[in-house]
Amino acid sequence: MIDRDELLHVARLARLALHEDELDSTAAELSTILEHVAAIKELDLDDVEPTAHIGDVSDSLRDDSVATSLPVEVALAPAPAVRDDGFLVPSPQGE
Amino acid sequence: MSDEIQSLSAVAAVAAIADGGLSREEIFAHYRSRAGADELNAFTWVAEQAPAQIEGPLGGVPVAVKDLFCTEGIPSQAGSKILAGYRPPYTATAVANLEAAGAPLLGKTNQDEFAMGSSNENSAYGPVLNPWDKTRVPGGSSGGSAAAVAGGLAPWALGTDTGGSIRQPASLCGVVGLKPTYGAVSRYGMIAFASSLDSAGPLTRDVSDAALFYRHLVGKDSADATSVAFPESIEIPTAERLDGITLAVPTALVDGDGVEPGVRASFEASLETARQLGATVTSCEIPSAAHALSAYYVIAPAEASSNLSRFDGVRYGLRRDESNLDAMYTETRHDGFGDEVKRRILIGTYALSSGYYDAYYGRAQRVRTVVAKELAEVFAGADFIVTPTSPTVAFGLGARTADPLSMYLSDLFTIPMSLAGTPAISIPSGLSEGLPVGLQICGPAFSENRILSAAYALEQAIGFNGSAAWGAKR
Repeated sequence: MIDRDELLHVARLARLALHEDELDSTAAELSTILEHVAAIKELDLDDVEPTAHIGDVSDSLRDDSVATSLPVEVALAPAPAVRDDGFLVPSPQGE
Repeated sequence: MSDEIQSLSAVAAVAAIADGGLSREEIFAHYRSRAGADELNAFTWVAEQAPAQIEGPLGGVPVAVKDLFCTEGIPSQAGSKILAGYRPPYTATAVANLEAAGAPLLGKTNQDEFAMGSSNENSAYGPVLNPWDKTRVPGGSSGGSAAAVAGGLAPWALGTDTGGSIRQPASLCGVVGLKPTYGAVSRYGMIAFASSLDSAGPLTRDVSDAALFYRHLVGKDSADATSVAFPESIEIPTAERLDGITLAVPTALVDGDGVEPGVRASFEASLETARQLGATVTSCEIPSAAHALSAYYVIAPAEASSNLSRFDGVRYGLRRDESNLDAMYTETRHDGFGDEVKRRILIGTYALSSGYYDAYYGRAQRVRTVVAKELAEVFAGADFIVTPTSPTVAFGLGARTADPLSMYLSDLFTIPMSLAGTPAISIPSGLSEGLPVGLQICGPAFSENRILSAAYALEQAIGFNGSAAWGAKR
């Protein structure tokens, strides 16, 4: 139901590396699950509105006023790498 | 003294502290010692000492908290290797509410990674053992919280329920678990799994404990736009009868193949008890219940695939392969996430991807509408829907890990209420071959007081005794 190429495409969208020895077993597991949930494709739902969220949800904005926020050093403390006042990441192009 | 403290329910402990028979320090030290000697792997972190100031109506009775709640300066790893060692800079509102009411943090409890699982075997920190039988699972995903309460390592605990993650482990461990109305408890500071479904609630030794705990958990929170003010105060239940109450049993669902005979027998006995208490038992239909399970396993992974995109090695947690930015993202996530989390991220990404969105996610959202409507129709003619909480008692460690789909089927009876956002409780209804069975009682939105009241009446009549688990020397 989901083949290796499709799996690699989805993994790419999810920014999740899958190694060669994981592809076949993962494709098989996902296929089993997708086959089960695909039962909902057979239902007649044309006249049914979708529900994204239960209850009344409306925009909820706080007052536009200055309030305290996390100090920079506290926000950066759990980061794997920092430089100056920011999170440090590797170059997109590599070294 | 130790046995005496151990025998107290949380409500009784609060009363004993209030009248001077027990001190806050004594109860904290008692449970600190029990939790510190944990042989169930229920805890991932235990407090050294109680905070200096503990005042409030919860009397200083300490609480165990599922690891996915952020606690300032204290490890909050959500059962995942990708958050190993993470100490958040702030505390979740639910935990802060309990602390403000006088329940200090006893420890953090083990769980399925990011709350994805029904056995607690998906934790990067090892499986939790069921205190009734250590060769069996405690259920999940709040397995550590359930086992801690059932095993007498904590007076009460905070868990979360997305598709059954409070109710199912409560059932498998013989404790009480309440999944609230969606929005009644703030999600701020809960590490998110599926935001439209996630709910925080109590796991306790009895129904009165659940009511007291829940009273201090609810409330609108400006930090969670989906939170709502609970329309009434939560009362400690006192009802002894069920006169005038109608219980509806979704017969086709409950008579299905997967329900173990011992579970069915306990459920039938509970219905008979309810009749003796004055209730009317009728049959109802939730025709789309089987499709609800399918819809859930599209919607929850879809939301998870979005929520878990934040774990990328940039701001916290694990980082791998720094050769370039993309390699860092993909290899960090490869090494940091466990198998079940990866499966759900992939399923969710697939269901949301171009070409499949309408067929999977769009249809699942429509099934959700149908399920909510079907439940509302039942509630128009009955007070509560009752089912077994889980089709089975606690299963053996490893029994279902090879087949993810069989694990998903554990949630058949709990998922419809999650999709509809309605509250439900699981209470112990008895034992089957020495293992606890749970009874689920579900009502319409904001009916928690009525659910707790009915659950209390049934609890008193059933007379379940969990002391074999919580009273055991550990």
